[in-house]
Amino acid sequence: MKRIGLLLFIFCFLPCLALAKEAKPLSNDPELEKRLMALSEQLRCLVCQNETLAGSQADLAEDLRGLIREQMKAGKSDKEIVAYLTDRYGKFILYNPPVDPTTYLLWFGPFVFLLAGLVFLFRYLKQRRELITEEPLSAAERRRAETLLKTAPGKETA
Amino acid sequence: MNMRFAIPLIIFLVIAGFLASRLRGGYDPHIIPSALINKPAPEFQLQELRNPTQTFSPKQMRGKVWLLNVWASWCVGCREEHPFLIELSKSGGIPLYGLNWKDKREDALAVLEQMGDPYVLNVSDFDGRVAIDYGITGAPETYLIDQNGIIRYKEVGQLTPEIMEKKILPIVMGLNK
Repeated sequence: MKRIGLLLFIFCFLPCLALAKEAKPLSNDPELEKRLMALSEQLRCLVCQNETLAGSQADLAEDLRGLIREQMKAGKSDKEIVAYLTDRYGKFILYNPPVDPTTYLLWFGPFVFLLAGLVFLFRYLKQRRELITEEPLSAAERRRAETLLKTAPGKETA
Repeated sequence: MNMRFAIPLIIFLVIAGFLASRLRGGYDPHIIPSALINKPAPEFQLQELRNPTQTFSPKQMRGKVWLLNVWASWCVGCREEHPFLIELSKSGGIPLYGLNWKDKREDALAVLEQMGDPYVLNVSDFDGRVAIDYGITGAPETYLIDQNGIIRYKEVGQLTPEIMEKKILPIVMGLNK
């Protein structure tokens, strides 16, 4: 049984081995590759949108990485490269959404909800306090309470 | 009558309504709004597919309203779209130009041979740089470019008679006034 399990396990991973592509030739400048990876971590792959440009295997992502590499070699700053990409793909390509009118709801929405929740909570608590009016005990009630408190637990009778 | 008990129900309905609209309203999260609408179509100069010694540039299209269709022989959606493009070219309304994206020349020509050629002209974007300039995320994509070289509309995905009629033609009518 165990062997079959192992075999199954191996078979499950065979397709991955078969599909593994050869590593793309990188530029021979490790500094630049590092910079490229750092920048493309912050960019979205436009094909599989929950992946960063750094992690994506999509063809388009590879092209874009190639383009960024070229621009870096040409001495462009990260800012210039990001501007180049947002000019073409919009702010959607940024993984960190910038704070601007289209993203106000995204950035400040949670705080609005928090504030609304707090307002609701305070009003609710205030209202509840008003509902519970404490009436002072009458003299007879007080006496009865005292006797109840004095009687040892277990002894009291209905 | 205390309506407080209705509050969770209302919240539920609002959320359910929002989710339903996103599921059913033809909303596709893969389609990102183009950054290039109402901006000048990026200039390029690429060699023609049929006649590689010639080049084509969008500049040459000044004064005309035209469609630029991005396609490739390896793109399945493009093949599905192809018959409609042929129909479109026969109707002779708007000139259709092709940007053959990251394709082999002979593969592209084979498709045009096999399925017919709806394009006035095709250019070859071998390395995909021009496509990136146009903010392509995947083929097919089609751009409507006006007389002044401004992109007026972009369709991500296949053109259909419905999109043509409801979205593109009204814009074209406005442009031709």
